[in-house]
Amino acid sequence: MPDTPTTPTALTARRPARSPMAPPRSFHWSRRVFLTLLTAFVLLPVYVMVSSSLKPLQDVSGKFRWLPSGLTIRPYIDIWSTIPLARYFTNSLIVAGAATAGSVVIAVFAAYAVSRYSFRGKRVFTVTVLSTQMFPGILFLLPLFLLYVNIGNTTGIALFGSRGGLILTYLTFTLPFSIWMLIGYFDSVPKDLDEAALVDGCGPLGALFRVVVPAAIPGIVAVAVYAFMTAWGEVLFASVMTNDTTRTLAVGLQGYSTLNDVYWNQIMAASLVVSVPVVAGFLLLQRYLVAGLTAGAVK
Amino acid sequence: MTTTLPEQGTRPVHKSSPGTARGPRRPGRIKRIGLPYLLLLPALLLELLVHLVPMVIGITMSFKELTQFYIRDWGTAPWSGIDNYRLSVDVNGPVGDALLHSFLVTVAFTLLSVGLCWAIGTTAAIYMQDTFRGRGLLRTVFLIPYALPVYAAVITWAFMFQHDNGLVNHVLHDQLHLTDQPSFWLIGDNSFYALLTVSVWKGWPFAFLIVMAGLQNIPHELYEAAALDGAGLWQQIRRITLPSLRPVNQVLVLVLFLWTFNDFNTPYVLFGKSAPEAADLISVHIYQSSFVTWNFGTGSAMSVLLLLFLLVVTGLYLLLTSRGRKTADA
Repeated sequence: MPDTPTTPTALTARRPARSPMAPPRSFHWSRRVFLTLLTAFVLLPVYVMVSSSLKPLQDVSGKFRWLPSGLTIRPYIDIWSTIPLARYFTNSLIVAGAATAGSVVIAVFAAYAVSRYSFRGKRVFTVTVLSTQMFPGILFLLPLFLLYVNIGNTTGIALFGSRGGLILTYLTFTLPFSIWMLIGYFDSVPKDLDEAALVDGCGPLGALFRVVVPAAIPGIVAVAVYAFMTAWGEVLFASVMTNDTTRTLAVGLQGYSTLNDVYWNQIMAASLVVSVPVVAGFLLLQRYLVAGLTAGAVK
Repeated sequence: MTTTLPEQGTRPVHKSSPGTARGPRRPGRIKRIGLPYLLLLPALLLELLVHLVPMVIGITMSFKELTQFYIRDWGTAPWSGIDNYRLSVDVNGPVGDALLHSFLVTVAFTLLSVGLCWAIGTTAAIYMQDTFRGRGLLRTVFLIPYALPVYAAVITWAFMFQHDNGLVNHVLHDQLHLTDQPSFWLIGDNSFYALLTVSVWKGWPFAFLIVMAGLQNIPHELYEAAALDGAGLWQQIRRITLPSLRPVNQVLVLVLFLWTFNDFNTPYVLFGKSAPEAADLISVHIYQSSFVTWNFGTGSAMSVLLLLFLLVVTGLYLLLTSRGRKTADA
């Protein structure tokens, strides 16, 4: 994209402003030292995770060793039988996938309304929805627990202990931020485009799905990644609202350490396996996600 | 259907007044007024069910004597007035004393963690403002802590902090001989620093991301003008970069504060169900006192107190930082 430093556009990724003066030599040295240390700090757990997952058990039970005494892929085979990892994995996929899909669809509608219409209560809506983001999760935990239990008792709809309850919870918890991010993206789609679609005979929903949504795909991808990551990593509600059959990875992974032996090599292998889907997704789509995450704060 | 959206050219964007008063001739008018609400309906219903109703229930619960006998039918629990609150804030009783301790630990932890996250993130962002070889790769690497699922990352840290087979003791004790004996990191006083390390490791990339984005919006000309005036690098950072980042920092620090103060995942995964006293963050504290004693009334009262505290702090913070900015601009 062309480098236009004179127009301070908010969303487009410009090349960073460079200090015109050549920085002193000490700057380069201090930068090298700082960034090297920081990289080491960031990568240390990653190295431990990867190397330990390839170690035989005696290497992780005794004194820590930087290098394995021998490489083995046994941990990657054993993780599936030590605990029902496949079941937890499936549960996490279902819960995070469904919550993501729901969150994206509902957020698209809501963000379209806020971005394209002016209506009574708009400001109240956006402020109220956003402010729920600041509330501590613990505040909702006990009431939701009670609410789900009581809904189950009176209507027979099993929300407590089921994947449905967890999906509903995660969906709603990711909704405020998803809406917020999407409003930013939809605002950046020129309104002339939906005008043209309306003139061509599309209804408002036609304009939304044929024009606005395709133009805002990066934003929608960003929202989906955010929602999936959040649902995939949530521990608090998963620890209370799931049972043996509906347990997600966030809680299930602790199963390796409650046994008599702590299979650290398996724990590390499992941690790596469950991280791959989200980390790969995040790093592949980081450009979109970063733009979405930062747009609101920088604007 | 073509009339359901007013033409852009004729519709001034009034944020405060509802722009629905115009165009009474149009047949789709009612639909047009209703449509935004229809679009919002699913979001509203969910927010109502999962956020607002539970909040009302939570506040109601805090005035009840809600022990395990009433959980199946919480409406029948007897009212207890402000007993739960009295219990929570009575620092001479064991419950209030523990809550106060947990609160103070959380405040100290949050201040340190947010400060460090901000400092590291800002420093890294400023260092990486210029392009250099490997910058893109480094940026990706720096995002890893943010991308990893919390429990996977924190379990790895828990392994590193193990007494007998952890990396930290191996380096500090076996290799560098800094300690006489291997230390305990996940119990006792050290647990505070272990928690802080993990929290900073996880939190700083977000600050980095936001500050990076903020730096890109600083006009190039400002630096050129400063350089012409003979301002050195440090002066440019102090006089241009940091002041320009103020609005970004205002949001960033608030978000970091709220996340850190409410953090449950990190301590819960790092320490398991019983957090050591030195690292007894308030979310875990409320969780434990609720689900260990099954006294949801007191737990709710504590949650409401926590919410009130956060509201007051956020309000004051926004008031102070916004006023400061206005006078700076004038």
